[in-house]
Amino acid sequence: MIDFKDLCKEYGSISALRGVSLHVPKGEFFAYLGPNGAGKSTTLRILTGLTKMTSGEAYLNGFHIERDSLQAKRQCGLVPQTINLDQELTVYENLNLHGLLFRIPARERAGKIHELLDYIGLADRKGSVVSRLSGGMKRRLTIARALVHSPVILFLDEPTVGLDAGIRRRIWALIKKIQNNGTTIFLTTHYIEEAEFLAERVAFLDEGRIIAVDTPEALIARQGTWAIDRVVDDDIKTVYFKTREEATQYSAAREESFSLRRVNLEDAFLALTGKKVK
Amino acid sequence: MYGWLAVYYRELLILKRRFPKMLASMSVSPLLYLIAFGYAMGKTVTIQGHTYMEFLIPGLVAMSSMTRAFGIGSEINISRFYWHIFEEFQAAPINNISYALGETLAGMTRAFFAVVLIILLGLLFGVVLRYDNPMFWLAIFLNSFVFSSLAVGLAMIVKSHADQAMLTSFVITPMAFLGGTFFPLSRLPVWAQNILYFVPLSHASKAIRAASFGEPVSLPSYLFLAGTGAAFFFMAVCFVNRARD
Repeated sequence: MIDFKDLCKEYGSISALRGVSLHVPKGEFFAYLGPNGAGKSTTLRILTGLTKMTSGEAYLNGFHIERDSLQAKRQCGLVPQTINLDQELTVYENLNLHGLLFRIPARERAGKIHELLDYIGLADRKGSVVSRLSGGMKRRLTIARALVHSPVILFLDEPTVGLDAGIRRRIWALIKKIQNNGTTIFLTTHYIEEAEFLAERVAFLDEGRIIAVDTPEALIARQGTWAIDRVVDDDIKTVYFKTREEATQYSAAREESFSLRRVNLEDAFLALTGKKVK
Repeated sequence: MYGWLAVYYRELLILKRRFPKMLASMSVSPLLYLIAFGYAMGKTVTIQGHTYMEFLIPGLVAMSSMTRAFGIGSEINISRFYWHIFEEFQAAPINNISYALGETLAGMTRAFFAVVLIILLGLLFGVVLRYDNPMFWLAIFLNSFVFSSLAVGLAMIVKSHADQAMLTSFVITPMAFLGGTFFPLSRLPVWAQNILYFVPLSHASKAIRAASFGEPVSLPSYLFLAGTGAAFFFMAVCFVNRARD
C-alpha cells in the first residue's frame, strides 16, 4: 500500500532523510515516531507531493509518486500539521472545493460532504465561516476534508499537536473509526501515548534514519515490562525489569526515592537513541 | 485540465466575500487621479485633440488592469506563506497548467472589475468613450493576461512577502507611470521611447486609448501583448514546480 525505498532528502548540505525504506500494508495503522527534526514531516511531504525527494523510490497503492503523480495523489488524503483551511470560506465551501479539486461529481460530492459533516459532528456548522470555529473543530474539519475523495491512504502529520487532552482523545476516536472502515493510516507524531494507543506498528525515526520498526508491544518488550526511575545527580536514571517482583526487590534494597511504572515506547526510543522523543 | 475550474472557483468565492471592501479600495486611487490630474490640473489641457480627462481614462484603465491583475501574486503569497492553502493545491491531482490557468484567470477577473469601476467613475465626470468597441476589451483582456501570468510566475519563485512587495515597487510602479498612462510617450526623448517600446503597458495604453477613441488600432501592439502574455504564462507553468521545496 505504502512503499518507499532509500528515500533521501537534502537541503543544501543538510540531510533531512538518509535512505529510509518502509512497507505499510493495506489497512494498517502505522505510526512514524521521532523527535522534532527527525524527518517525519519531510517523509510525509515527499509522499504527498509537497516536497521533491533527492533520491529514492516511493509508491502509493502501486503508483509511483513522481512518474504517476496525479494517480498517486488520488490514493491519499493529507491532514497537514498546520491547519490550512480557507479561513474566509464556510465549512461546506472548504469541503466542496476539495471535492472539486479531486473531480468528484457534484451529486456524489454533496452526499459525501453531508455524510462527513455528520461523521465529525459539524453538520450544524456547515454554513459557518471557518475562522469562527474552535481549534478542535478546525482539526476535525481538516480530517474530514482529507476524506472527501474517499482515499485508501490517510496521512496525518501531528494531527493533535496543540490540542488539549479531551479534544485529542476525540480526534483519536475519529481516526480509529476511519481505520476501521479499511483506510490505511500513516501517522507522524512525537506524542508517545498517541502512537502507543493507536498504532499497530511503529517506526522510530532519528536524524533522518529509521532505527527500529515493530509493534509497540514488541518494541517495549525489548526493554522489559517494569521500570524504576531514580533521581541521581539532578538527572533521572531508569532501570528496567522483566517482572514487577524483580523491580520491587531492587527498590527494597535501596533507601533513595524512586517511582515504579510500566515500560513505554519512550523507554524503547531512549534505549535505542539515548534521547527522548519529545 | 479540470483542476483550473477548482482553483478559479476558490478565487471567485474569496472575491465574493471581499467584494464590497475590494470595490471600495479599487476606487480610491483612480478617483484621486481623476480629481487631481483630470479635473483640477488637466481642465484646460488637450492632448491629441481630446480633453485631458478623455486622455486619462484609457490610461487609468490600462494601469488598473495591470495592477489588479498583478495583485493576484500577493494573494497567492498570502495563501503560500501565511495560510498554507497552496499546499492543498499541491497535494491535489491537478497539473501545473491547471493551477497556473486558474490563478491567471482569477487575476484577470479582478482586472475586469477594476476596469468597469473606472468606466463608471469616468461617467460620473461626464466622459463617455467607445466602450462598445471589441478591440477595447481585447486590449484589456491581453493586458490583464500579461500581468496576471507574470504575477503567478513570480509568486512561485519569491521566498517571502517582502520579495513580492519589492517586485511591485521596482517593476509595476515605474511601469504604471511611464507606460503611457498619464502622458503620451511621444513627449519623451527618442531613446526613452525606444526603451519603453518593450514595456507591455505602453502597448496596452496605446491600444486601449485608440480603441476607446474609435481610432484605428495598432495590430503589432496586440501581437506584442499576446506574445508576451503567452511567454509569461509558459514561465508561470514551468515555475509551479519551483514552489515545491
